[in-house]
Amino acid sequence: MTAAAAGGAQRAVALGLTVDEYELIVARIGREPTEVELAMFSLLWSEHCSYKHSKPLLATLPTEGPRLVLGPGENAGAVDVGGGLAVAFKVESHNHPSAVEPFQGAATGVGGILRDIFAVGARPIAILDSLRFGEPTSERSRYLLDRAVAGIGHYGNSIGVPTVGGELYFEGPYEQNCLINAMCVGLIATERLIRSAASGPGNLLVLFGASTGRDGIGGASVLASAELGEGDEAKRPSVQIGDPFAEKKLMECSLDLLERGLLVALQDLGAAGLTSAACEMASKGEVGIDIDVACVPLREAGMEPFEIMVSESQERMLCVIEPDALDAVLAVCEHWETAAATIGEVTDSGLVRIFDGGQLVGEMPVAALVDECPVYELDPQPPERPLYAPPPRTIASEDPEQALLALLGSPNIADRRPLFEQYDAIVQSRTIRRPGAADAAVLALPPRGELTPGIAIAIDGNGRRVAADPYRGTIEVVLECAANLACVGAEPLGLTNCLNFGNPEKPHVAWQLCESVRGLGDACRALGIPVVGGNVSLYNEGAEGPIYPTPVVGLVGELPDVARAGRLGFRAEGDRIALAGVFAPEIRGSELARLGGTELPRGLPETDVARVAASQRAIRDAVRSGALSSAHDIAEGGLATALAECCLAGGLGAEVVLADTVKPLRALFGEAPGGFVVSGTDAALRELGERIQLAIIGSVSGSRLTIVAGEARIELSLELLREAHGALAALFA
Amino acid sequence: MKFGVISFPGSCDDVDARLACARVGEAVALWHADHDLAGVDVVVIPGGFSYGDYLRAGAIARFAPIMTEVIEFAREGGRVMAICNGFQVCCEAGLLPGALLTNVGRRFVCRQVTLDLVNADTAFTRGLEPGERLSIPVKHTTGRYYAPPELLDRLEAAGQVVLRYAPGENPNGSLDDIAGVINEAGNVFGLMPHPEHAVDPLTGSSDGLGLFASLAASAVGAGV
Repeated sequence: MTAAAAGGAQRAVALGLTVDEYELIVARIGREPTEVELAMFSLLWSEHCSYKHSKPLLATLPTEGPRLVLGPGENAGAVDVGGGLAVAFKVESHNHPSAVEPFQGAATGVGGILRDIFAVGARPIAILDSLRFGEPTSERSRYLLDRAVAGIGHYGNSIGVPTVGGELYFEGPYEQNCLINAMCVGLIATERLIRSAASGPGNLLVLFGASTGRDGIGGASVLASAELGEGDEAKRPSVQIGDPFAEKKLMECSLDLLERGLLVALQDLGAAGLTSAACEMASKGEVGIDIDVACVPLREAGMEPFEIMVSESQERMLCVIEPDALDAVLAVCEHWETAAATIGEVTDSGLVRIFDGGQLVGEMPVAALVDECPVYELDPQPPERPLYAPPPRTIASEDPEQALLALLGSPNIADRRPLFEQYDAIVQSRTIRRPGAADAAVLALPPRGELTPGIAIAIDGNGRRVAADPYRGTIEVVLECAANLACVGAEPLGLTNCLNFGNPEKPHVAWQLCESVRGLGDACRALGIPVVGGNVSLYNEGAEGPIYPTPVVGLVGELPDVARAGRLGFRAEGDRIALAGVFAPEIRGSELARLGGTELPRGLPETDVARVAASQRAIRDAVRSGALSSAHDIAEGGLATALAECCLAGGLGAEVVLADTVKPLRALFGEAPGGFVVSGTDAALRELGERIQLAIIGSVSGSRLTIVAGEARIELSLELLREAHGALAALFA
Repeated sequence: MKFGVISFPGSCDDVDARLACARVGEAVALWHADHDLAGVDVVVIPGGFSYGDYLRAGAIARFAPIMTEVIEFAREGGRVMAICNGFQVCCEAGLLPGALLTNVGRRFVCRQVTLDLVNADTAFTRGLEPGERLSIPVKHTTGRYYAPPELLDRLEAAGQVVLRYAPGENPNGSLDDIAGVINEAGNVFGLMPHPEHAVDPLTGSSDGLGLFASLAASAVGAGV
């Protein structure tokens, strides 16, 4: 290696590449890369952009379905919801930026996922968030929670897109590396969906939105594709700064341009900024692109060409237009007070060429940048010893009443209202079920005849159970999310996912990842749900080790009549209560076991996915028919917790007697997929019982919850239950 | 009855307000940069974050070109319903008394609240029963109503307090639980709750519809 080459390799390593990758680049372009070229390769060949450790795994997921209209590979996937409409959706992570600077990290996470949705032409109509922090006893976790929630609210509320749901968990392994996943759902007339493939040599590239600054340089490589560690404060300049007002104008402007049919292709600028946007567009369209960085509107003087190409300044979009459309495009941008500039054009060269005024500063084959990043084989090996320390023990007694109160007050189960009240859940006038009213959010679609159809959305993840058994745990996550949809009467149409894992170069993390993706694929095939797209976030670990493996899944489903959308709360005094579905609870791996300080089990019981799917269909049908008063799936905290939640949501008490007198704690608090608490008339429940396993266990009555299971007896007033359930408020005081 | 709903860059509930108005009359969009009210009978200034609200809520929008027209329209007795950010804009513009400060909890709060109708004898509330309870959502960070004590006394005495949060429902620390006030002339009404988000039982409540219906029912030019 010459001195020059050694210097180049050193720079490459500083940018996050390996020496081998650097040598591949030199071989591919036949010379040492220029500064711009090396910067661009380092980003596009980062894990964040290239999926070099996860691509072969993702290829195993089912991506076909009768309702799919846009699959993986576009800015977002989309499914047909009838009436000429499609729903586009995607979930994405912003974990590392949020761990370094939670307010801006979370805010720009929301900004980024919104752009993905309007980049396909859809108007964003809903946001959901999946959040993970360390134990709330830690000051750092409370700080991250407070600032991340404020950041999400700051962006989502200001832009006029409702936050309709989400989830929040606290577990020790997220102490150093919190997770901030945001999902956005958009609505569009199917025929108007636009793709990101550039086409038509001679067509113009117009960059519009915010000007380009030095913020977020290297975010995809040094931040998103490496472990967190000492000195992360120094990475703060790699976190972008969000401006929701600029994004609001950018969104209206983009949708207006599409409405007028002025665009050939559209792409948002996210991770790796202009580099990724331009190269993706060129690659998908199998064309070349010329860009003149001197034409890019800058926020500060004296920026180097490489800085302009890799800047992750927020609130920018790139479009391809026909030259004749330029005046009209600029007029629309001016109306929305959004700056726009022609920065280049589409060519037939197959090259990305970067100019700085008249001077050529970079020239690379598109294929080398986008398609020829090396793909790495994983070396999966199950860990020999447990990877995670047992959680701290926080309850002393096994008294059922104390256990129920402790569970309701657990930050993983407590009422989410103090969180959700910080988000606008109702703007855009579509929200039929707000957070806390049902197991899934329900949004109305335009009426069709007498009925108003709707979509239901849920997002789920359970890192602890996936850590116990990556394969079966991931199946449970998908089943749980589908159960949430069933409880409002919705049929799943498509799934998006964000795979949050540790460093895949470590064999045990590779094993978690492989097993989890295998579970995800098997669950989706069993339920007949296509994966429409998603995101992978690796290297989520700090000095203490990896996070719990956390696949987060988001489902979108449809329901024919929102007037019959299900609710979780009991509704009528005298209604009968039933435990429905295949339900074989265990204390191992439950929230109660966690509160007791028990370490994770190694492996979870197998689930009969086909039978669970059948019971979900039956619940869905019963909700749709209007026969049930309420439906709620049994999750963390088991049956007793689910009953308490139904009581609190409906403001009504219940009297319940359980059959399992041998192991009452297991019957009360054990967890497993497949179970539902439903209420309704005796006749309605018996009819449901003809389709699926069902046991009538009590009645809605009074203002106390009474549960008898053999020797065990719980009798608590709604007031006491509500007080325990309100524990989350203290975290936002 | 023709309603005009202003859209500033950063308005979020402008479309919702138009949908609500369209349930009782005709609704058109008005653009912030225009000097034209398109001959509407009622101006609605909707919720959102006009111009990002980066300086202070409503402080920039107050200088928007169309506000010149709105101020003139209001001075001549034209009816203006100012919701949330619109309320903030009108306080900044001097069209309504008092000011809106950051919530006592210092956080954004989105919540269905119960309101007591204090004054049913205004053009905005005539279709409702005196003392009626309304369930309407709030969603804001800057909604704590404030006025100096002597002004507050004057407002109470003159019946300018139109809506109050029901006991125990005050979400933001507003003085005297004030949720909505009207100007002295009775033609400009500002409120923090969002009646446009309470026009359909499917989305939670239809208790806000009465405010729009009251306006639609009052004959044009019939005075206040």
